[in-house]
Amino acid sequence: MALETITMTNNTLLKVEHLSMKFGGLMAINDLTFEARRGEITALIGPNGAGKTTVFNCITGFYRPTMGMITLQRRDGREFLLERLRDFEITKLAGVARTFQNIRLFSGLTVLENLLVAQHNALMKASGYTILGLLGLPAYRKAVDVSIEKAKYWLDKADLTDRADDPAGDLPYGAQRRLEIARAMCTGPELLCLDEPAAGLNPRESAALNTLLHSIRDEGVSILLIEHDMSVVMEISDHVVVLEYGQKISDGTPDHVKNDPRVIAAYLGVEDDEVEEVISEVEGGRL
Amino acid sequence: MEYFIQQLINGLTLGSIYGLVAIGYTMVYGIIGMINFAHGDIFMLGGFAALIVFLIVTSFFAGIPIALLLLVMLLVGMILTGLWNWTIERVAYRPLRGSFRLAPLITAIGMSIVLSNFIQVTQGPRNKPIPPLVNDVYHLGAITISLKQLLIVVITAVLLFAFWYIVNKTPLGRAQRATEQDRKMAALLGVDVDRTISITFIMGAALAAVAGGMYLIYYGVASFNDGFIPGVKAFTAAVLGGIGSLPGAVLGGLLIGLIESLWSAYFSIAYKDVATFAILAFVLIFKPTGILGRPEVEKV
Amino acid sequence: MSNPSETGNAGTMGQALKEALFAGVIAFGMFLLFVGIETYQDINNALVWRTRWGLLAIFVIVAAVGRFVTVAFIKPHIDRRKLNKAKSGVLEISDKKSFFHKHFLKIALVLLLIYPFLSLMIVGKQGSLKYVDNFGIQILIYVMLAWGLNIVVGLAGLLDLGYVAFYAVGAYSYALLSSYFGFSFWLLLPMSGILAALWGIILGFPVLRLRGDYLAIVTLAFGEIIRLVLINWTDVTKGTFGISGIAKASFFGIWSFDTGATNNFVKAWGLSASSVYYKIFLFYIILALCMLTAYVTIRLRRMPIGRAWEALREDEIACRSLGINTVTTKLTAFAIGAMFGGFAGSFFATRQGFVSPESFVFLESAVILAIVVLGGMGSLTGIAIAAIVMVGGTEVLREMSFLKVVFGPDFTPELYRMLLFGLAMIIVMLFKPRGFVGSREPTAFLKERRAVSGSFTKEGHG
Repeated sequence: MALETITMTNNTLLKVEHLSMKFGGLMAINDLTFEARRGEITALIGPNGAGKTTVFNCITGFYRPTMGMITLQRRDGREFLLERLRDFEITKLAGVARTFQNIRLFSGLTVLENLLVAQHNALMKASGYTILGLLGLPAYRKAVDVSIEKAKYWLDKADLTDRADDPAGDLPYGAQRRLEIARAMCTGPELLCLDEPAAGLNPRESAALNTLLHSIRDEGVSILLIEHDMSVVMEISDHVVVLEYGQKISDGTPDHVKNDPRVIAAYLGVEDDEVEEVISEVEGGRL
Repeated sequence: MEYFIQQLINGLTLGSIYGLVAIGYTMVYGIIGMINFAHGDIFMLGGFAALIVFLIVTSFFAGIPIALLLLVMLLVGMILTGLWNWTIERVAYRPLRGSFRLAPLITAIGMSIVLSNFIQVTQGPRNKPIPPLVNDVYHLGAITISLKQLLIVVITAVLLFAFWYIVNKTPLGRAQRATEQDRKMAALLGVDVDRTISITFIMGAALAAVAGGMYLIYYGVASFNDGFIPGVKAFTAAVLGGIGSLPGAVLGGLLIGLIESLWSAYFSIAYKDVATFAILAFVLIFKPTGILGRPEVEKV
Repeated sequence: MSNPSETGNAGTMGQALKEALFAGVIAFGMFLLFVGIETYQDINNALVWRTRWGLLAIFVIVAAVGRFVTVAFIKPHIDRRKLNKAKSGVLEISDKKSFFHKHFLKIALVLLLIYPFLSLMIVGKQGSLKYVDNFGIQILIYVMLAWGLNIVVGLAGLLDLGYVAFYAVGAYSYALLSSYFGFSFWLLLPMSGILAALWGIILGFPVLRLRGDYLAIVTLAFGEIIRLVLINWTDVTKGTFGISGIAKASFFGIWSFDTGATNNFVKAWGLSASSVYYKIFLFYIILALCMLTAYVTIRLRRMPIGRAWEALREDEIACRSLGINTVTTKLTAFAIGAMFGGFAGSFFATRQGFVSPESFVFLESAVILAIVVLGGMGSLTGIAIAAIVMVGGTEVLREMSFLKVVFGPDFTPELYRMLLFGLAMIIVMLFKPRGFVGSREPTAFLKERRAVSGSFTKEGHG
């Protein structure tokens, strides 16, 4: 694939350019370039081991990429080079929040507390870095009320209000997934990165998740998600990037990707030389 | 130069003892992931067993050959401390397996307090001196090597080889390694996990008992308090080498022994333990999992 | 087979007999040398031995009978109870709390406030010395230390085995600064706290990357380093001799407790001379310090920093993904925990009038940690109960001189103090692995405050 350069328009939120990640001798991501646009749901798909989670870990600062540039432009025009920030700064300054493939909740804290922890930085400032808060000043109390309102708002969205005072570890699986998303939203992100949010959900929970994701997008928060379940991807995403062996093999609307012979080959698992065959078959079929 | 080599030999001797004790820490840590704080006191028990056996045997058979005497002392020590460690694991650690991580740590600390105070109560608080057993000294130029030191290093080497053989070449060792990797899976595949863990405790105790016996021979004195300082140092050795790694434990033990004797020789005896601990902290800060420890992969 | 329970009983009895025999054999092996043989030095200072078969027999019989009773009666009883509970399906949570339960903390506080006067009334001035000092002050020092360590271990989940270092820093700060510069207790108390907090940060900084047991050993090493420096830096610390003649605390500078002073408290109030007044004064100081620790802990738990600590204990990676700076979060936990250790240390120095490295050995760290874990990590009430049981319990042993009647005049119960302390640690952990209070109070709630069961909370990795 020829070198691509993406010009950052107002519409571009996240720009990943020539991203490479090497683990020892293994090239987990090889010269990956794509972008996520503001207000859209961008899906990152690909077979197992394609490097999707690695891309996520690079964007959210858990890995330091071997090469490449990840630029994020916030709504107010500030630009951040994510590969230069530390993991917590990416959330704090650049407004990127994430969830994990294996749910990582604070299982011994209640659902509400989970959402309050997510508002740490805002509350920290309001409490005068603890010192003013220790004195019980009204400004801090007001900030606490605001944070609880925010938590309530997301509890409601995630349909968890009834369970607000239960320990997070006590929730059923689907509710835990939604809580993790609600918690990420409480950090006030502009980009929400979801690592396989639908994995292990039953159809009803899956539907509830789709509603939640749509309502998040409607609030103007963009979503970048990794997903295995093609039906979910096709249903909710606006833009799909397909990875295989750490490289991008397709990029476009769900319909475009669905019909891309390289994607079909990747998912059906054909040998490299057969790809050409498949391409010609598909093209022949179209003729 | 001779002085340096002399210190090297002293350090190696001490390091062998630490290494043997460190193996017990590292094995238990590897297989059930707990710090067996009582292990230092197991070492002390081993020393006391050797001491008591020495007294009994010499009072009945005054002219017994030294080699036979040593063998009996160490063997009885191994068996008895193995029994102790087996019981301790059964009573204080097994019921807490798989529960809250700090609970077995606290019972281990409690066990350490119990063991040292048990010996203090039953055998008295005073130091117990024994007459020197092995007196021969060899001179190589300006360097002196005592037979004691030679014995300690050789016995350690032999034990390490036997131990290495058991862990790497026998079905028992395979069961141990499997249990260490994944306890549940090992159980599903027919490994008797409880038995394997018990044997691990017995093996660790046996090595510590030998170390305890040799410590007694080396210094000629035993005390109920002897478990703590050598225990902490051996634990330090295990962590320095990378806890969970058997070669690491030996390497760590030798390093600690060398640091100690070289520091005492060239800087100050008073600060030798400070040096040991400072180097441990320093190494861990730059290599957080020890020298030979597997780097902990942070799975996200 | 008409009566299955009876055959079951016979089965258990047989099983119990077998196990008792086994336990006896094991005990025989274990105790043969250590109990059956006594080593002692004769007149020529040579080590000799004699047998104690009687004592050995007692040990073996106790082990066998104990095992028999456990297998034959206690275990079936516990199993039956569990089964019954499972059958009835009723959980042991009662909604109605008794008056005592609801107002437990208030009652406890009132009792503590009047405790010195109660003891004065009941046992008089001379008797009160013991009850106020050995029991009251001693236990409260441990309560304070354990509450301080609770911030690091219980809330932030960082396993610290060298907490006693900060206690030492506080004690020596007070001892040195007061004897070299003559500063007063009320100036040095906050200063010792700040110095200890500083040391908390200095020692905490390098170990931030370490996790779990590596953190444990390095904190242990730091604790030992500080103790060894105190021993060996004789020019300043006087080494193992320690520093004596440390100034007493004054009544906020108004009255002094030094006997020679003109503004002596006892004289000023026209009381008969007794050191009990000073002890009572100290009792209230340490009580106030404990209350301060508790107040700060409770307040901090409801602040973002406290929640971040607990979140850190639950999942560090998730914390970072939420924009929490884990470095500063850990450091504040270390610093604040250390600060309370420093307060306790300076109090200890003024109470003893003497400090030496002997007081700051690893065993102290272990005891404090044990109190935190036995009490239930994070629970102030549980920890206070654990301190009372463990420290108070061992103090009681000192008082049991009547045991001499049973065991003979050579019997010194104090010898068995630490032995029993260790045994108690093991036994409590075996029956209550999560400590006396295993559940956790949430820091915020929407509708109702419900305690979080201990099975959900984690113990931290760092």
